[in-house]
Amino acid sequence: MERHFEKEIARVMETLLAMADEAEKAVKASLQAFLAKDAAAAQSVLDNEHAINTFEITIDNDVVKFFALQQPVAVDLRLVLAIQMVNNELERIGDHAVNIAESAIQCSPFDPLEDLPDLFRMGEMVTTMLGNSLESFFTKNSELARAQLLKDDEVDEMNRSMILKSIDIVKKNPALIEPAIEYIRVSKNLERIADLSTNIAEEEIFHDQARMVKHHTDTTVPPFSH
Amino acid sequence: MNDNSPETKIKVSVKQLNFFYNDTLALKDISLDFPDRSVTALIGPSGCGKSTLLRVLNRMYDLYPGQRAEGRVEVDGENIISPGVTVSALRAKIGMVFQRPTPFPMSIYDNIAFPVRLYRRLPRQQMDELVEEVLSKAALWNEVKDKLNRSGLSLSGGQQQRLCIARTIAIKPEIVLLDEPASALDPISMGQIDELIEELRHEYCVIMVTHNLQQASRVSDYTAFLYLGELIEFDTTNAIFTSPKIKRTEDYITGRFG
Repeated sequence: MERHFEKEIARVMETLLAMADEAEKAVKASLQAFLAKDAAAAQSVLDNEHAINTFEITIDNDVVKFFALQQPVAVDLRLVLAIQMVNNELERIGDHAVNIAESAIQCSPFDPLEDLPDLFRMGEMVTTMLGNSLESFFTKNSELARAQLLKDDEVDEMNRSMILKSIDIVKKNPALIEPAIEYIRVSKNLERIADLSTNIAEEEIFHDQARMVKHHTDTTVPPFSH
Repeated sequence: MNDNSPETKIKVSVKQLNFFYNDTLALKDISLDFPDRSVTALIGPSGCGKSTLLRVLNRMYDLYPGQRAEGRVEVDGENIISPGVTVSALRAKIGMVFQRPTPFPMSIYDNIAFPVRLYRRLPRQQMDELVEEVLSKAALWNEVKDKLNRSGLSLSGGQQQRLCIARTIAIKPEIVLLDEPASALDPISMGQIDELIEELRHEYCVIMVTHNLQQASRVSDYTAFLYLGELIEFDTTNAIFTSPKIKRTEDYITGRFG
């Protein structure tokens, strides 16, 4: 017999999946708008932000209801906690997509900088990471989740390199300072999206294997005491 | 709550315990250590053997023909199920509180004083002090201090249960066994019993049978899950309620079976 808990969880997971879909689309659309200098496409990302925020509030309320009415324990507790965390991560990913879209609008009058291919590669890597982290969470695939943890350092390195290159460009040609600042902003936002994708992968491992793998540690739950 | 630290002293050590109701094996090869000055909850579905285990710990089964225990139950190293042990002395060391409050049909004062008189003679003033001390510990003194001569049966269910706990600790036991102490009580009385258990943990080895998983997770330091007479898992309550190692434990505490 299916428990009431499972029916409710299935409903919340459906909402979370729809929210993940929106967040993923927002990241891809904002990046595409930046690379294609398409201010109208960027504006539609801004216009759509409220959809992600509405999902966040709905899921927040659902989570509070779970704790108040069902007092989940063990794997159920870990799942509800993971849903709460992923909900927050997705909302923040939506915010970063908005930041990238704003940079796209700011940058649209300028010619692209010469290191555009690097930003394109970084964007590809981050969107793949986000997609894989979400897939790992929704399909309970801890192996796929663990693979994402290793990629975060690569993205950090790409971000550092993007910043140095942008500084070099401005040193050579100070007139490019405005687009260079937007490149740095986009790079920084992509780096944060990679961090949040890593968090989603960590939540999958927490839910499925009761292990906390934050900040390069790997400990059994619960490591806490009273 | 306590950590499961290596310094934790073991008060009761159950070793390869089998228990029979005539030919029926009700506890199967149970080995389990109960740490001192902490609360251990015994959980599991009806008929899993948790109340039987509690009854073995103070030899209550002695009263019934056809019931017998094999193995060892050591309290401070002494095997209490060996025939040489005096049951009355054992029960002075191991107090028990039952699911339904069982006050004696006598005054509130005598509910405390009567069992104490079985073990020692105290001058009136010292007995008065003891009655006040244990009723205060049971958070009942303020409610009954002006009616100590009234019948214990006149109290509410929650007050009766606290009176029974006061009566249990009046004989200065070392171990307190609680058999679903709050199952017949309203939430406010249950909260008071929870607070009382919290107090008891500092002085006693408390072992509690409960069907109420929220109560087990709220007040206990350790939890043992029994199923069909077997010990399935024993761990800190933190571990059992966040990441049990055995699937059957998880299925039980999350309501998937049982």
